[in-house]
Amino acid sequence: MGVLSRKYDVLVAGGGNAALCAAIAAARAGASVLVCEMASKFYRGGNTRHTRNIRCAHDAATETLSGPYPEEEFFKDLLQVTQGNTDEALARHMIAESKTVLDWLPQQGVRYQPSLGGTLSLGRTNSFFLGGGRSMLNALYLTAEALGIGIAYEAEVVDLEIDNGMFLSATIQQDGARHAVRAATLVAACGGFESNIEWLKQYWGPAADNFLIRGTPNNRGTVLKMLLDRGVGETGDPTQCHAVAIDARAPKYDGGIITRHDSVIFGIVVNKHAQRFYDEGEDIWPKRYAIWGRLVAQQPDQIAYILFDSSVVTMFMPTLYPPIGAPTIRELAAKLTLDPDALEATVSGFNAAVQPGTFDDTILDNCRTKGLEPDKTHWARRLETAPFYAYPVRPGITFTYLATRVNKETRMLMRDGKPSANMFAAGEIMAGNVLGRGYAAGMGMTIGSVFGRIAGMEAARNARN
Amino acid sequence: MLATEKAGARPGHHASALLAEADRLMTVCNSCRYCEGLCAVFPAMEMRRAFPDGDLNYLANLCHGCGACYVDCQFSPPHEFDVNVPRVLAQVRNESYAAYAWPRVLAPLFARNGLSISLITALAVAAFIFGFVGWHDRSVLFGTHTGPGAFYKLMPHAAMAWLFGLVFLYAVVALAMGVRAFWRDIGDPVAVNSGSLWQAMRDAATLRYLDGGGIGCYNHDERPNDRRQFYHHLTFYGFALCFASTCVATLYHYAFGRIAPYPWWDLPVVLGTVGGIGLIFGPVGLMVAKLRRDPVMVDEPRLDMDFAFLAMLFLTSLTGLLLLLLRATPAMPMLLALHLGVVFALFITMPYGKFVHGIYRFAALVRYAQEHRALLGKA
Repeated sequence: MGVLSRKYDVLVAGGGNAALCAAIAAARAGASVLVCEMASKFYRGGNTRHTRNIRCAHDAATETLSGPYPEEEFFKDLLQVTQGNTDEALARHMIAESKTVLDWLPQQGVRYQPSLGGTLSLGRTNSFFLGGGRSMLNALYLTAEALGIGIAYEAEVVDLEIDNGMFLSATIQQDGARHAVRAATLVAACGGFESNIEWLKQYWGPAADNFLIRGTPNNRGTVLKMLLDRGVGETGDPTQCHAVAIDARAPKYDGGIITRHDSVIFGIVVNKHAQRFYDEGEDIWPKRYAIWGRLVAQQPDQIAYILFDSSVVTMFMPTLYPPIGAPTIRELAAKLTLDPDALEATVSGFNAAVQPGTFDDTILDNCRTKGLEPDKTHWARRLETAPFYAYPVRPGITFTYLATRVNKETRMLMRDGKPSANMFAAGEIMAGNVLGRGYAAGMGMTIGSVFGRIAGMEAARNARN
Repeated sequence: MLATEKAGARPGHHASALLAEADRLMTVCNSCRYCEGLCAVFPAMEMRRAFPDGDLNYLANLCHGCGACYVDCQFSPPHEFDVNVPRVLAQVRNESYAAYAWPRVLAPLFARNGLSISLITALAVAAFIFGFVGWHDRSVLFGTHTGPGAFYKLMPHAAMAWLFGLVFLYAVVALAMGVRAFWRDIGDPVAVNSGSLWQAMRDAATLRYLDGGGIGCYNHDERPNDRRQFYHHLTFYGFALCFASTCVATLYHYAFGRIAPYPWWDLPVVLGTVGGIGLIFGPVGLMVAKLRRDPVMVDEPRLDMDFAFLAMLFLTSLTGLLLLLLRATPAMPMLLALHLGVVFALFITMPYGKFVHGIYRFAALVRYAQEHRALLGKA
């Protein structure tokens, strides 16, 4: 096994967008680089496999972007979704750098296309990858191979030798054997800990057993934990994760984007007691879809059901799993193993509370209920056209916010605030620095590409000195 | 049914388990749509929410098999969603050829296509050899013939023209009946407008969708270094030039009274030679590419259909070029029998072999151009 026996300028832990951007930037700066990807070649790239676009600031429309997206507007959007939970200096630096990353990625082989059908709201701000995230990864890996970067698959970092903030070597496990790999610098770009159910249970208790993980099963937070245990400072709320409501029939891991549901605003959502628990019509769907993961997580057994009737079945994206249908609400309840009386009471109560209005799902319309707790404040229409349908949903965890603290060079900051001698972080493992809460489409890739590129350049510079 | 256990499966009726699997895949893909910039299949899919068999046959024939969606897909095997669009659409496509074959009674020729085509070719070559032997004595069969009318000493021009004219006519009628059935199956009978036809001709002539979304096709791994588009161009345009050569020669014969063989610099020979060279290298390149292709994307049990057609094109060209080179030697009569036998078999089997892929794909491209224009409001 050649690649694990050499000494490198830069060791990159991880194999996703941030890791590859770091590796490529470091190699282009003249460094020798090893990428240790825990997954097999097919599953390489972690959650990047499931992504589809990147949010970059730009001053003018491009071939694939419909208009300018100034830095200031990007920052305002970030402030809005994080509700101010961000490191402003770092965030502004990221946004400024994103402008050149927009052109840098195509130079590494990545191809863009105009926004996908059904995502017109992102056509100005987000560059979509032609063929999706795996296509993007394939391009980056081909570039990395052409640059002579060593790539080890199924190679997990199981230990880190760190002395007083200085990285010395990493223990890599591959094919059951352990290899001590020495490198002048370390770039940690290996994700958060959302796939580690035991860790999630520390904050969520047994409810975490009912969480589904939307992406890779490999983001177990092993390296994150080792770094924090060895004195690296932390930021970001460890108890929080980004979650959306996804189909309860999805696999435990790696179901990706296609298990999502965007039908909430067209119907009602009930819990296992057949009770509504939140305003389904609070706001335009893209602004609200991300709250439903948490809402469902707070319901008994972490399960809920989106209910709608046949008048709306073609108003949202076709779904992976078919809706469960029945000619009456009672029969539907039986199929969902809900109490038929309770569900019938909830639906008839809802129907009775619907006020007259003009339905328009593209605006905050005036169709609402009156007198319910909670009311549905927009797009409220009676469920009366048989057959009736339901999608069972569970919380689908996307990523975690707990992060290693970094400075503008992406250099890790130790607990005492001193910068590490030779350790850098990029991607989800440090996302919590700029993304204290919330999320906006494409920002994970911005964090990965921008801080990955910085980490690679800084690590290469560090290794030379 | 093979699909009901997996994500994306829908209850519903399909003519085969394969079509049910294609329905499942299109359902998965329609909830993802990452591939919509790669080719025409995915935009066409997005215009639908459900996938009856006719639509699946349409999408399958629209697919050029570039492989990009397989390499780019986060759900391709070994992922449990098992999304393998290139292979399943290749299988559906190959099944559809038999389903639309005319007359129905000859559809089984697709089942063991390599064997069928080999037997028909052998019989055709034998028939020409026996015909020549039966009609002529040794001095003609093994003699040297040169000058205008040399070929027709072995077979009168009128007999040749009638025989091949009839065979060609039969092939055209059988293909037309097949396309008619396909066209009725894949959508509402809309009148074809000239804009869509022109668009489809350009898309077919340039193999627009055999380019992996712009950087080239995928064949044996995730590198877009496949040359099938190039070799297909050699094959297609080689075939077209050979066909043009025949047309010019026919025109020479009837309109100008100029009798074959023609000198090497004359149009029929130049067209035939250039086309023939394309028809040597094109099929060989395509065969090599097929052998190198990642088996996971291939409809392996029916690869013999592809090889049979490529071999027929190759043999047509090879025997034609040999005939040109050796036409002034005693080998000419037997080479002529061989060449005519191969060409006869090529034409008679056109409606029952891989040749039909071009016809159905073109029809699918016309349909897509129509749909696309209608969506943009240009129809």
